[in-house]
Amino acid sequence: MTPLLLAQFTATSCIGLGADATRTSLIEQRSGLKRCTFETVDIDTYIGEVPGVDAQGLPANLQKFDCRNNRLAELALQQDGFLESVQAAACRWGRRRIGVFIGTSTSGILQTELAYRERDPHSGALQPDLEYATTHNSFSVADYVRRRCRLEGPAAAVSSACASSAKVFCSARRMIAAGFIDAALVGGTDSLCLTTLYGFHSLQLSSAAPCRPFDVTRDGISIGEAAAFALLERAPDELPGGSVLLLGVGESSDAYHMSAPHPEGLGAKRAMQAALNAAALEPSDIDYINLHGTGTPSNDRAESQAITSIFGPTTPCSSTKGATGHALGAAGALEAIISALSIQSGLMPGGVNTTQIDPTLTAHYIRENRHAPLRRVLSNSFGFGGTNCSLIFGAAG
Amino acid sequence: MKASAYIAGVGVLGPGLCNWPQAAAVLAGREAYVPAATVLPSPVMLPPAERRRTGRVVKVALGVAGEAASSAGADVAQLSSVFTSSGADGQICHEICQALALPAREVSPTRFSNSVHNVTAGYWSIATGSQAPSNVLCAFDGSFAAGLLESLIQTSVDRCPVLLVAYDAEYPPPLHFKRPIPDAFGVAMLLTPEQTTRSLARIEVTLTDEACDSMAATQLESLRGAIPAARALPLLLLLATGAGGRAIIEYLDVSRIAVQVDTCS
Repeated sequence: MTPLLLAQFTATSCIGLGADATRTSLIEQRSGLKRCTFETVDIDTYIGEVPGVDAQGLPANLQKFDCRNNRLAELALQQDGFLESVQAAACRWGRRRIGVFIGTSTSGILQTELAYRERDPHSGALQPDLEYATTHNSFSVADYVRRRCRLEGPAAAVSSACASSAKVFCSARRMIAAGFIDAALVGGTDSLCLTTLYGFHSLQLSSAAPCRPFDVTRDGISIGEAAAFALLERAPDELPGGSVLLLGVGESSDAYHMSAPHPEGLGAKRAMQAALNAAALEPSDIDYINLHGTGTPSNDRAESQAITSIFGPTTPCSSTKGATGHALGAAGALEAIISALSIQSGLMPGGVNTTQIDPTLTAHYIRENRHAPLRRVLSNSFGFGGTNCSLIFGAAG
Repeated sequence: MKASAYIAGVGVLGPGLCNWPQAAAVLAGREAYVPAATVLPSPVMLPPAERRRTGRVVKVALGVAGEAASSAGADVAQLSSVFTSSGADGQICHEICQALALPAREVSPTRFSNSVHNVTAGYWSIATGSQAPSNVLCAFDGSFAAGLLESLIQTSVDRCPVLLVAYDAEYPPPLHFKRPIPDAFGVAMLLTPEQTTRSLARIEVTLTDEACDSMAATQLESLRGAIPAARALPLLLLLATGAGGRAIIEYLDVSRIAVQVDTCS
């Protein structure tokens, strides 16, 4: 594929608002996970909660979109001069020539969850002020972002569970290649809600302790929330120093099970190989892998097998979910931005919380930060329904 | 700013519409439209354990996907797909929200697994064994247009057949009153980059500022307006009559999509 420029990017998660804070947390190997006190949730677990979301307001003309998910999107859009960069891109390309593709798994469903507690005792009706279309519906966050940025190109929410906001890069890549658009605002936003906290708990997939990817004692995920965005454009001939490019994308399906990965990671392997093919790279060209690495026994085992079968046992890899938690539909975009920051900073972020690496996992998991020039980074995202997506980012030049 | 592909197979299920040949007869005026509750087939392509767990969105999506793929003679085990809908499984969403409003907050693990928007794509992949990419979109009332655009562009850029599956099903009360979708509707189209012996029509899509087309028949027009996936009806009408032409279909607040249909002889 033709490489695309990440002309601007930003990420907001429990380890920081914006790129600088995120980078600093990664350098300090700081985890943002804390014991769950979200809303009225009574589960013994740890979560990655973004501070200040409840206090974030939305512009007056977009009040109908008010919900935690869109507040988190707004908070993230305000970091790193991202909104200004989008407006500059709109001047450069035209508002109709920029697409908007945003990944989410639960959008603003929290509004409906809360409204179900306040149903009319006689009729069972929901409160009149519950705005389904602009909060609960999956398109809400994509529609919020496009209206907030006044972009008028093609738009959609991508909702492929925990691969959602990696797959937005694939949709944008195709639409730019087709000449339908010149640039795309891609990203993901998922916020804490009761459906995912109680749902993963019911599946016994969430840990009572901070998640420990690749640890011998790992026993589940820590749910996080995040919003991360990138402006993808056709790359100009002359690139500024420090530029990061999207070099390859790969997608696949497991065809195996709704909520368990293929035991040998065949779908994951297929997605990684497709990304390498798209980028015309060999496995040895990849300097670091940002894992899906959720910290469930089955995910990490399958992903490790898939990685070893392609890359062998020496390519350094780690999961940043010990720091950020699993941001579900926003994880792909968050980790895409972390991959871009890793390239810019020459930093392989060591996986935090993990104390004893599972000796049966053969992938080369790193717990300590490593500093080295990084040319190319692969990032994995996998989701329920057996959906897989791998992205390859690289330094320009 | 346009994308094109060939349609090699169509599947339809909806109120009073039980497959594409019958729906085409209704749309072309050869058969009267008799509104009736959508009849959803059991997804026999799934193993029994999975089949028992499927709700209405999975049944309607797999029903139309199977019809379009088989009428196109497609190799489903290799097929890329695009699924698009305004919502996930409405019944499951209701049951989870109801459970979360009770003190015990006991969410069923199976319901949670099946609550994801891509539940349809997941079961299709399990049913067909396809490890090919599957994309799952939502653009509220413009979901059909978003899916058509995505699948056409994937077909033309990646030069591979892509199965588009657009579907919606209703929420039970009380969510039904916030999003009053009356019944299930699904439409699937198998798109190919080149013309084949099975090609029904070549379609080309552009964005436009023009107003959406409506259906001349009152009952079909109310169906078009009531269920997001049924926004496809003006396009299906052109395919059904074989006359070709241009259909304007709902997409975003600032734009619609124009679909130019040229029938393959």
